Amino acid sequence: MKYLLQRIAFYLFTMWAAITLNFFIPRMIPGDPVQAMIARFQGQMSTQAVASLYVLFGLDKKQSIWADYRGYWIQLFHGDLGLSFTFFPAPVSQVLAQSLPWTVALVGVTTLLSFMIGTMLGVFAGWRRGSWVDGLLPATTFLSSIPYFWLGLIAIALLAGPGSFFPSSGGYDPGLVPAFDGYFIPSAIRHSLLPALTILVSSVSGWILSMRNMMVTVASEDYITVAHAKGLSEKRVMFGYAARNALLPNVSGFALALGFIVGGTLLVEIVFSYPGLGYQLFQAVGAKDYPLMQGIFLIITLSVLLANLLADVAYLALDPRTRKEG
Amino acid sequence: MKDPVLEIRDLNVDYGLGDQAVHAVRDVSLTLHRGEVLGLAGESGSGKSTLAYGLTRLLPPPGVIRGGQVIYHPAAGPAYDVMALSHAELRAFRWAETSIVFQGAMNSLNPVYKVSTQLLDVIRAHEPRMPASARLARARELLRLVGIAADRMDSYPHQLSGGMRQRVMIGMALALEPQIVIMDEPTTALDVVMQRQILRQLIELRERLGFSVLFITHDLSLLVEFSDRIAIMYGGRIVEEAPAPALYRDSLHPYSDGLLHSFPALRGERRELTGIPGSPPDLRNMPTGCSFHPRCSKAFEPCPDRVPVLGHPRTPDGRTRTVACWLHPATG
Ligand SMILES: Nc1ncnc2c1ncn2[C@@H]1O[C@H](COP(=O)(O)OP(=O)(O)OP(=O)(O)O)[C@@H](O)[C@H]1O
Ligand SMILES: [Mg+2]
Repeated sequence: MKYLLQRIAFYLFTMWAAITLNFFIPRMIPGDPVQAMIARFQGQMSTQAVASLYVLFGLDKKQSIWADYRGYWIQLFHGDLGLSFTFFPAPVSQVLAQSLPWTVALVGVTTLLSFMIGTMLGVFAGWRRGSWVDGLLPATTFLSSIPYFWLGLIAIALLAGPGSFFPSSGGYDPGLVPAFDGYFIPSAIRHSLLPALTILVSSVSGWILSMRNMMVTVASEDYITVAHAKGLSEKRVMFGYAARNALLPNVSGFALALGFIVGGTLLVEIVFSYPGLGYQLFQAVGAKDYPLMQGIFLIITLSVLLANLLADVAYLALDPRTRKEG
Repeated sequence: MKDPVLEIRDLNVDYGLGDQAVHAVRDVSLTLHRGEVLGLAGESGSGKSTLAYGLTRLLPPPGVIRGGQVIYHPAAGPAYDVMALSHAELRAFRWAETSIVFQGAMNSLNPVYKVSTQLLDVIRAHEPRMPASARLARARELLRLVGIAADRMDSYPHQLSGGMRQRVMIGMALALEPQIVIMDEPTTALDVVMQRQILRQLIELRERLGFSVLFITHDLSLLVEFSDRIAIMYGGRIVEEAPAPALYRDSLHPYSDGLLHSFPALRGERRELTGIPGSPPDLRNMPTGCSFHPRCSKAFEPCPDRVPVLGHPRTPDGRTRTVACWLHPATG
């Protein structure tokens, strides 16, 4: 328990540091977002509109940076992340709320699937070396060694296209309104299949390999021989003893992978023009939309920290050796 | 003579296949009788553990049994060959009839499960109809037998000392009241006092529960003290087998003699410590004839050429012991 509290304190500190950096970095970048915006609208803005922009972005007040910093925290606690430039005048929080579910649903589900499938195959490959799963390994390793960008483009070129079942871009058919109904859901699922498949193909071999290697290591442990000598069933030894112990290092790997869901989808979403957070970030960078970038970075930071905490909790739950008394 | 409970006949175990194979156990025949403690001694690498793994069919790859029989005589019913059992029969045989305390007893417990879990799962696997409360009572009883407080049931292995873990393993070995308990250097990681304490407990338990013990160690002095009979292994073969007092008093094989003089005996008269010159044989490249002859001070004309067979020597107590040495050619 004490250990967990220590970890939580550490993560809170890290969070503070990350948010503070998040506050300062955009302010150190030369340039003026309003000027950038004016340039974007190519002079079609009245001076009045420009003045109101300065007020809106909070750039009119000549207050100290500390007062700014305090205000930033107060805003954060109210869930106010400022206004997006690109989707002006929509608040950043609203933009995030729209794109986050897409990312979490697509990459979250595939990360989970990839972990489960890969771990399962790894268990078998490690337990019975030389079985058909081992034969699968070179193929999956080859697929995962292709840069994701290429894999996505190749998948689009081969499988998507006019008249194909797989759409090549977007999250749903353009004519539909997002809603939980019989038109939208199937369309959304159809659009997610190809990106999901490519993520799966490129990530599953990592799980297979690490689980397989851990299984091989654990299988030569004394307690596995003892489990056999005890006359336990093959299944019990394989899952209850070998896989159970081999899983430990993979669990933290999985938690970290969950943390990178938000940050790691950039390529997927760019290739498939998927309306998630990564695509949003891509657009925000192109448009110098600092508030939106800040908001996305904040979410990435938080999710990585949360995942780390999750890894700690999982380890405490699964490995009694990490539990310290008191 | 007493009834046999386990008869090993011409057991051969290799590591690897074909030309590269290492013959780690060669034509070993050995009989364990009901209720006795049979000691198995030999230098490191002589094949003691391989023999133990082989006769329970627990050899890790690339170990393979190349031949031989292991005849087991259950308490009731006809004898059968362990080597011929199907997988399911073998699972039922393991632990219920023959349990093992392994050389690495310190690491024999799974670190992620409580002691109770690991005691209970073996009972459940073999006696699925036993009620849970009875299983729990049995597990507590086992810990009590080996002198561990019942509140240690909920401990994880890392919370126990090395000696406690070893005791837990010994307790676990008795969980199903097997006929045979194989102990492969169960106490080498412990200090001498602790070793003897555990062994004394074990011998006491054996007298009460009546199981037989195959006790493996390279510490011959320990065997002289605790076992009924002793078998000496060299280069994968049994080279001498005799009642413990007889072996201690007058060992026939020069190798046994050397082994006896490699350890200070804790009891009895003081002996001169000489040890054995040279080093254990390379299993890939065994000497011809008697594999011990290059290190033997008494080697003579037949030794480098012909392998001596294990047989009864022409001594007054010759019927109770066997030896494989040209100094004591087998009778008959
Ligand atoms: N996996 C393996 N592959 C090849 N040779 C092996 C393997 N395991 C053991 N051996 C060889 O088999 C021989 C017997 O080993 P074993 O472990 O049975 O010896 P031991 O008598 O138990 O020794 P110790 O007293 O050190 O435990 C050794 O010479 C060893 O080198
Ligand atoms: Mg050994």
